[in-house]
Amino acid sequence: MLIKLTGGRVYDPASGIDGQQLDIYVENGRIVAPPSDGRPVDQEYDLRGKVVMSGAIDMHTHIGGGKGNIARTLLPEDHRMDPVARTSVTRSGNGHAMPSSFIAGYRYAEMGYTACFEPAVLPINARQAHMEMGDTPIVDKGGYVMLGSDDFLLRMLTAQKDQKAINDYVAWTLNAAKGIGIKVVNAGGINAFKFNQRKLDLDEKNSHYDVTPRQILQTLAKAVQEIGVKHPLHVHGCNLGVPGNVDTTLDTIQGVEGLPMHLTHIQFHSYGTEGDFKFSSGAAQIAEAINKNPNISADVGQILFGQTVTASGDNMRQHANHRFANPNKWVCMDIECDAGCGVVPFKYKDQNFVNALQWAIGLEIFLLVEDPWRIFLTTDHPNGAPFTSYPHLIRLLMDKSFRNDMLATIHPEAQKMTTLASIDREYTLNEIAIMTRAGAARIIGLQDRGALAEGNWADITVYTENADRQTMFSKPDYVFKDGELVVRDGEVVKVTWGTTHIVKPDYDLSIERDLQHYFDRYLTMKLGNFKISDDEITEDGRGSLSVHPLRGVA
Amino acid sequence: MTEITEIPSPFCGIGTDDLSIQIDGTQLTVTSNGCAVNTPAFEQAIGDSLPSINGQTATLEQAVAKAAEILRNTQQPVFGGCASDVNGMRALLALADKTGAVVDNQNFNITRRNLLAMQDSGWMNCTLAEIKNRCDLLLIVGTDVEGFAPRFFERYLWTEHAMFLDKPGDREVIYLGKAPSGSASTRPDGKVQSICSLVKDINLQGNRCSGFPLGGKEGDQTANQVCGWTTGYPARVNYARGFPEYDPFLYDTQTLLNNGEADALLWLQSFNQNSRPPHTQVPSIVLGRAGMQFDQAPAVYIPIGTPGIDHAGHAYRLDNVVAIRLKKLRDAGLPSSADVLSAIEHAL
Repeated sequence: MLIKLTGGRVYDPASGIDGQQLDIYVENGRIVAPPSDGRPVDQEYDLRGKVVMSGAIDMHTHIGGGKGNIARTLLPEDHRMDPVARTSVTRSGNGHAMPSSFIAGYRYAEMGYTACFEPAVLPINARQAHMEMGDTPIVDKGGYVMLGSDDFLLRMLTAQKDQKAINDYVAWTLNAAKGIGIKVVNAGGINAFKFNQRKLDLDEKNSHYDVTPRQILQTLAKAVQEIGVKHPLHVHGCNLGVPGNVDTTLDTIQGVEGLPMHLTHIQFHSYGTEGDFKFSSGAAQIAEAINKNPNISADVGQILFGQTVTASGDNMRQHANHRFANPNKWVCMDIECDAGCGVVPFKYKDQNFVNALQWAIGLEIFLLVEDPWRIFLTTDHPNGAPFTSYPHLIRLLMDKSFRNDMLATIHPEAQKMTTLASIDREYTLNEIAIMTRAGAARIIGLQDRGALAEGNWADITVYTENADRQTMFSKPDYVFKDGELVVRDGEVVKVTWGTTHIVKPDYDLSIERDLQHYFDRYLTMKLGNFKISDDEITEDGRGSLSVHPLRGVA
Repeated sequence: MTEITEIPSPFCGIGTDDLSIQIDGTQLTVTSNGCAVNTPAFEQAIGDSLPSINGQTATLEQAVAKAAEILRNTQQPVFGGCASDVNGMRALLALADKTGAVVDNQNFNITRRNLLAMQDSGWMNCTLAEIKNRCDLLLIVGTDVEGFAPRFFERYLWTEHAMFLDKPGDREVIYLGKAPSGSASTRPDGKVQSICSLVKDINLQGNRCSGFPLGGKEGDQTANQVCGWTTGYPARVNYARGFPEYDPFLYDTQTLLNNGEADALLWLQSFNQNSRPPHTQVPSIVLGRAGMQFDQAPAVYIPIGTPGIDHAGHAYRLDNVVAIRLKKLRDAGLPSSADVLSAIEHAL
């Protein structure tokens, strides 16, 4: 079927199109050239007066994996507030902070999102992550595989194995767990917590292994680059949430020595120790460092006020922060000599000085980082706020007077500690399209998404222009996923199943000799049973795998 | 005759995946690493594998159509058992969503002790490989681990190697409470929350310590996990109002049947021939492991294959983090629970 989207104002930064009025043609799921043979279109959508972008991509959102299910199980009272009934096309479920998987897919699509990436896939829990994402409709998905606190890597580093062997292990793990990138969470810290260390600075040694977080980050960043994975090493830094951690973050940027690195939820890592409450904004220094270091990208992890739940692999920091649990219940787990997790419910309050300043710090970072291709719109769902708050966040970025109105309502001491009121910048639609589409696709390494170029998959979102950007981005007129109309007027009209994006870097098979020995001695599963096969993703008839090219490979 | 090695078991809950099984037609023989739980579960003969309607042999299509007819005319069906693999639970929840059913895992009253403690105050737990490599003192509270999972000690405690212990054989084990041998019960009532608090307190006082709930065989954790991501709640939910609601007490299968609140029962048990549905006067649809025998013939009986024997699948270990990939070992022509449940859904 040939579809024509007529006369919309198109924001497609990847193609250099900034608000021009254009027609777009779609056939067999992809964007195609205008038909040269003059054949009629089968369906036309009149988009005059509408804003057209490619489908949005959330490059960091916790939508799959064990910690999410722990968060769900922990908070039945949160679901009870937000039941979602089934319709003739959709399944029922529950929403709010950690929605059930079907509801997450529908709600993402209803906001114009067409792809979501789970950033903390523990290799041993990767099956669960893929199964949950497999039950998340409409959107595409993918995962970053977590390394850095696994005993196998730390043993390799202690034994001073060469970079080549590390590269083989990293590539092997990416294949076995079916990821598209590598994530590090509190490098070595989750492991150190198992040895009863309660904090781990960048240059502090693990008490058992002779290894520092800096070494782990350097080694893994190099591995990611050398095996050709396009997504830079995805780093959740040391000392999350600790006042003064801005110095750790700046050291981390320097420590990676020019290698590509993505710093995630950087808001939580941008805190100083100035002021009466010994808690201040490090946003200006962080933004300056990002501006000066083109190898660095970041997503913000904005907090927004209200009830949510934090779910993280960083059980060392989550355990330290459990005293802030609201409601007062929390879960920490040590997991399989692989990693860990911590789930702590949070209620961010605008009249709490720290929360209010966290809110301002996140916005400062958004507004002070100059290059929208290297800063990404996230709340670290659900940790800073549920993803459903994105339209509100977009309005905060695009509307200075709205932002300042909000600023005037937060804790007065926090207002004094932020430069937010003096920042005039308002994001443009083109910049929003970069940070939520073109830039996200580029940083993840998606070859045929995030742009409206001919040949790309037709993931397209159409909005009605509205000065109230929250309203505009809450309810798209149309969302097309792989060329099919899935959302009309902000409601799902058809349920489709997105693909799973992965990479398959090469590795030397000899790594399996060491792994086999290690698995047989120490782990609880056979090596052959650990590796996820393709059919585990595809056998239900809905799932599919899309393999993306590596750097330097056509 | 063939032999397959490194076979994972869905029966014992502790994720043994080193079984060797000899396959002769449809007869399986465990040739190494069997145990009192797994060997009989793998080896039991298939027995009668024909569907029936009110005790009369029927085709699969007829049985599916009859099941759909029963469910179409109900106000409050209850889906009990919930002993299946991930795809079986997925299909069961889809059918429940459509029919407004209660979904209730067979061992929820046991799991509930843990869940209520967790949902009230949380916990600090670990997984099997952490026990294997780090545990130097194991306090076993009120359960007979050996009866529950015969190979627990061999695989995870008295191991030849442990990454962080020089002599795994020197680990200390302390038993607290009387062990009710052969029972699947995990903890005495009322103790779970105290244990969770104790573990947390030890961590706050400068040491590391983790809890490890023992429980979850025959798909219990699988049911809770799949129900968890599908509904937001563990496996005792009611879809009657068009969306899932959770109540750990009200939606008990036996209670609903006793009180006359349910008007049909669907029983799903793909692992255990002896785990039969509760006696009831309401029409029953049983999807049971082939060979299941009944005192009172259900309205519909559809013998199904067992995940990990008759078809591939996924099952959760009792530590809730690790899902194992189950293998297909034979072709006995038995449908999977997911296939049958989806067929019923489509026939509604």
